[in-house]
Amino acid sequence: MDDDGSVRRWRRPGDRAPAVQGVAALLPLAFLAVFFAYPVVTLVARGFRGDAGWTLAPVIDVLASPRTGRIVRQTLLLAVTGTAASLVLGVPGAYVLYRLRFRGQRALRALVAVPFVLPSVVVGVAFRSLLAVGGPLGRLGLNESFAAIVLALVFFNYSVVVRTVGALWAGLDRRTADAARSLGAGPVRVFRTITLRALAPAIASAAALVFLFCASAFGVVLVLGGTRWGTVETEIWYQTTQLLNLPAAAALSIVQLVLVTATLAVANATRARQERALRLTGRPSAQPVRRSDAPALIVTGLALALLVLPLATLVTRSFRTASGWGLDHYAALATAGAGTLTVTVWRAVANSLVTAVAAAGLALALGFLASFVLSGRRRGRLAGFFDAAFMLPLGISAVTVGFGFLISLNRPPLDLRTSWALIPLAQAMVALPLVVRTLLPTWRALDPRLREAAATLGARPARVFATVDLPFLRRGLGLAAGFAFATSLGEFGATSFLARPDKPTLPVVVYRLISRPGVDNFGLAMAAAVVLAVLTATVMAVAELLGPKEAVGW
Amino acid sequence: MRTAPRPLAFLQGLLLSTGLAVTLAACSGASDPAAGGSSDAPASAATAGTLTVITHDSFALSDAAKAKFEAETGLSVTYVAPGNAGTVVNELVLTKDSPLGDVVFGIDNTFAGRAVDAGVLAPYTPADLPAGAADFAADGSGELTPIDFGDVCLNADTVWFADHSLAVPVTLDDLLKPEYKDLLVVTNPATSSPGLAFLLATIGAKGDPGYLDYWAALKANGVKVAASWSDAYGVDFSGSSGKGAYPLVVSYASSPMYEMGDDGSAPTTALAETCFRQVEYAGVIAGAANPEGAQQFIDFLLTDAVQSEIPDTMYMLPVSSSASLPAAWARVLNVSPHPWTVSAADIAAHRDEWISEWTTTVL
Repeated sequence: MDDDGSVRRWRRPGDRAPAVQGVAALLPLAFLAVFFAYPVVTLVARGFRGDAGWTLAPVIDVLASPRTGRIVRQTLLLAVTGTAASLVLGVPGAYVLYRLRFRGQRALRALVAVPFVLPSVVVGVAFRSLLAVGGPLGRLGLNESFAAIVLALVFFNYSVVVRTVGALWAGLDRRTADAARSLGAGPVRVFRTITLRALAPAIASAAALVFLFCASAFGVVLVLGGTRWGTVETEIWYQTTQLLNLPAAAALSIVQLVLVTATLAVANATRARQERALRLTGRPSAQPVRRSDAPALIVTGLALALLVLPLATLVTRSFRTASGWGLDHYAALATAGAGTLTVTVWRAVANSLVTAVAAAGLALALGFLASFVLSGRRRGRLAGFFDAAFMLPLGISAVTVGFGFLISLNRPPLDLRTSWALIPLAQAMVALPLVVRTLLPTWRALDPRLREAAATLGARPARVFATVDLPFLRRGLGLAAGFAFATSLGEFGATSFLARPDKPTLPVVVYRLISRPGVDNFGLAMAAAVVLAVLTATVMAVAELLGPKEAVGW
Repeated sequence: MRTAPRPLAFLQGLLLSTGLAVTLAACSGASDPAAGGSSDAPASAATAGTLTVITHDSFALSDAAKAKFEAETGLSVTYVAPGNAGTVVNELVLTKDSPLGDVVFGIDNTFAGRAVDAGVLAPYTPADLPAGAADFAADGSGELTPIDFGDVCLNADTVWFADHSLAVPVTLDDLLKPEYKDLLVVTNPATSSPGLAFLLATIGAKGDPGYLDYWAALKANGVKVAASWSDAYGVDFSGSSGKGAYPLVVSYASSPMYEMGDDGSAPTTALAETCFRQVEYAGVIAGAANPEGAQQFIDFLLTDAVQSEIPDTMYMLPVSSSASLPAAWARVLNVSPHPWTVSAADIAAHRDEWISEWTTTVL
């Protein structure tokens, strides 16, 4: 009954040669196999190797231990709550920031992207400063509570929901909803039966992403969780880097693998049920603010307050000097922090930008190919596998991958362990799932009749692609580029494993400064974090501009 | 029928890819023993003119010093910093068959035992150790050369104590007194290296299992545990710019130096009877491609020029008594005459057990 013409399932016209699909699939898969699957499997396999050959016992002991059980329960509880809270706040946010039209909207869109890339150590300190006994919100009694961690998870992931859902919502043809309305359906019914169903693929995508981010949260859980809360991720870090307990690393990595696979299975099932060709218009379908938008506006206002408060803490502390208030720390950005750093902060900014260009370029190229293949539904079975494969890096610990690198990529020509190139490679892997997720809903929702019409009129595949696919994808590409670049700018986990002291990136510098005593180091760390935030907001604002604002009519 | 992806389909795909990777891993695994000989060099350092230095993430040297070393030796140096001292040692253990680099700096006495036991280092003792350095020697293995040291001590916010007309505590036992209830924040030894050092101070002072009783009493007196040093010092401690609620914190003997105002007075002080001494070592990595270069680098770390840089760049003290200290350090720094000690061998044998018992008692 879904197949009522306007929303029929998408069938590809036969204009994509299988060979093209094959080549397009091969590159990103080869990348994942070499830089992800191989290192992870090597490390997990090492966990099964005892003194006297292969053995299952130590790994099974870890899996069966009460400590592992507690960690897994805590991980699930945090991830489920964090995802639910991000969706409840984020979907109205997507509506307000992408569907409505008002002044200052672009600035707000750029602002919500900032938390996503802030180093977790900075966010942890900002939240703790807010919530600690004696802090501005100390009276709430949230210090080191479950609620504090969930708030921080929402802080990080709000923009993932807003952007993933918003990108689709912005292009949704309003006429279907208008038609339903004129046939007598109330606004709630229209939202439930038309809008929500149309958005379902994007919501499922966002939920899966956020769930994986929450389940693999590391820094904020370590800092905000005090000593009572841990996740599989913090446990892997502890067992692997501090105890070198490889059976535990193997067991917990397997837990993560199961978790990711189950998440993707659920998300895939949801998408498969809901996905159909939507009517995307090139025309701006944004609408002015109306009185009935009040609930969405209120929820979004609350969410923005949650985002702004910790950021304000950072900014405030970046102005606090030994003798009061001032711009001293910003002036010090041109120095190496009185010897604490090996390079000036501006130099680190340059390092970050160069790395991010390389990482984002790689992620975008691979993600473009991957989403192209994934959107070809005729290869349903394989598509499901590719889909899972490209999401895996999000759910598997950077520690597992990092330590896997050490023992797998250790022979020429692949001994990149001490090479700078490994940093953009690792960052591209983290950004790749985001790129794929951002491009996929738009690509899948493209009305096939457009391509069919073009093909019927004699356009060759390349021309169909250039004149039909690309204009629609541009908006998605802009956003994906922004996400990839911002992810790379803020990436800390993998980068810190591969860090080169003579070429530190900005998050590494922030971490370094915050680990030193003295008001000057702390203030400089905050100023550097503010620079990172401003840089991110700028990148996201530019990415927004890359998307076409005006009609690309058909 | 639609051909949408079904969960089972991609599970099959997943197994397929895992199988592929297992095959790859098995192949490399098979070649490991054959290539495991110590003469097998990593590709990155295959030529004589390069040197790869593995350090902890607090390592810093001035550009001038680095350039000088490269000019004098003709070596082109790559620095790699994969994490804290524990991470560095564990990575060296993991990559024993195919070493990450030539020389390591930053193994401290809390991890020295593990590095020596695992055999990841080659023996080397510089011909002319500077005066004073021998006092910090690790053990009899001859594999670790002391480079710098620092005391992990409780720090007190003296302004807070003056404002509250309370005497600054002096000994570990003072902390159990009721007037110091709810004033101390420490860091978790499982996740923080100063936290581990302070735990070792209490073990040095109270012995095993006496330290557990001490911690139980500390817990009863309201000790707070934070995950990391930056968290405890930057947020909870009242003497830092965070203006937190706790006037006592686990930090370093050198920390008060960085809280000094323009008038040269320090608002915080280190408690000399609560210290554990961390010594940081350098060593030649077993199987290094460039062992001569590695030895040259260790000699270089002991020169007066580098030793004198250490306080400013790494916040530690030089082992060489001929190195010059910054003026303020010489004036204010409180080097503990009798830090608590636990031998590297004891630490290697009991670290995990102590941390886990501590966790059971305190958390």
